[in-house]
Amino acid sequence: MSEGIDEVLRSKLQRQGVWVTSMQELYNWGRKNSIWPLQFGLACCAIEMIATAASRYDIARFGGEVFRPSPRQADLMIVAGTVTKKMAPQIVRLYNQMADPKYVIAMGACAISGGPFKQGYNVLKGIDRYIPVDVYIPGCPPRPEALLHAFMELQQKIDEQKLSGADKAAHLESEQPSEYPVPAFGKHDLEPPANPNVFHPPAIERQS
Amino acid sequence: MRPNPYLFIVVFIGVALVFPLIPLALAWLWRRIFQPPKPGPQKNAIYECGVESLGEAQIQFRSQYYLYAIIFLIFDVEAIFLVPFAVAFTGLPVGAFIAILVFLLLLIEGLVWAWSKGCLQWER
Repeated sequence: MSEGIDEVLRSKLQRQGVWVTSMQELYNWGRKNSIWPLQFGLACCAIEMIATAASRYDIARFGGEVFRPSPRQADLMIVAGTVTKKMAPQIVRLYNQMADPKYVIAMGACAISGGPFKQGYNVLKGIDRYIPVDVYIPGCPPRPEALLHAFMELQQKIDEQKLSGADKAAHLESEQPSEYPVPAFGKHDLEPPANPNVFHPPAIERQS
Repeated sequence: MRPNPYLFIVVFIGVALVFPLIPLALAWLWRRIFQPPKPGPQKNAIYECGVESLGEAQIQFRSQYYLYAIIFLIFDVEAIFLVPFAVAFTGLPVGAFIAILVFLLLLIEGLVWAWSKGCLQWER
């Protein structure tokens, strides 16, 4: 879509006061500036998330101040805190209930990998085992600036998504699922322990 | 020639119909052209708190709790009526006096009932 516009012509027109855009740019511009997060905090990272939403850091500057209490109205899930195995099915279910397009920020070490509680018997070793994560923020907990940075990264990602063509955004593909299987409590662990379609851990290369 | 004074109502109704229809039509077109709908059993679930609902919504409460209601009336609500009755006791006409006595009798009846049910028994 945006390939159709000659950049030189566009900047010339812009200097004359004529703004030319494409539907894709308009769509992405609207989406990236009105990301509504799900009002959903799990642990201490949620305090940082609240601080980010409050006046000092003010996520409203980026269009994300409308924390929705319902997944049906939310675009972004900020997994803020330790995900216990008791909580993981609920998170996946909430993610499933969010309307497309939906994005996930894994906030903090716990949401990424289990963090300092990784050895715990009841801690999920990263929410990316069950749902696709767009932005990871390291930190324990990450500062509000880090969350704002992740928010800006997500905005950049949304801005680059294509509306049509072979490499269009995943939520526009009819084959791409919108729901992911919810893990159930098994005898010893969650069943399945990870969704193989989502979870792609980096392969460890050992030098012999 | 002056336009019909009701013309603006017709125009208003027309605008009121078209105004919500445009975004609905745009959303429908967007769905048809770009974004395929992806409904699912969890997405369409009634509750959206993340927890699946358990059991029936049509539950019954135990009728035995009426004893608590009686005790509450006798020892709590009755006091609200007794205090103004005691304050205005000397100036009351006979009708009001009899009325409050009937009220007291009804509540004492409830007290006797609750007593006979063993409600006042202190259980350790």
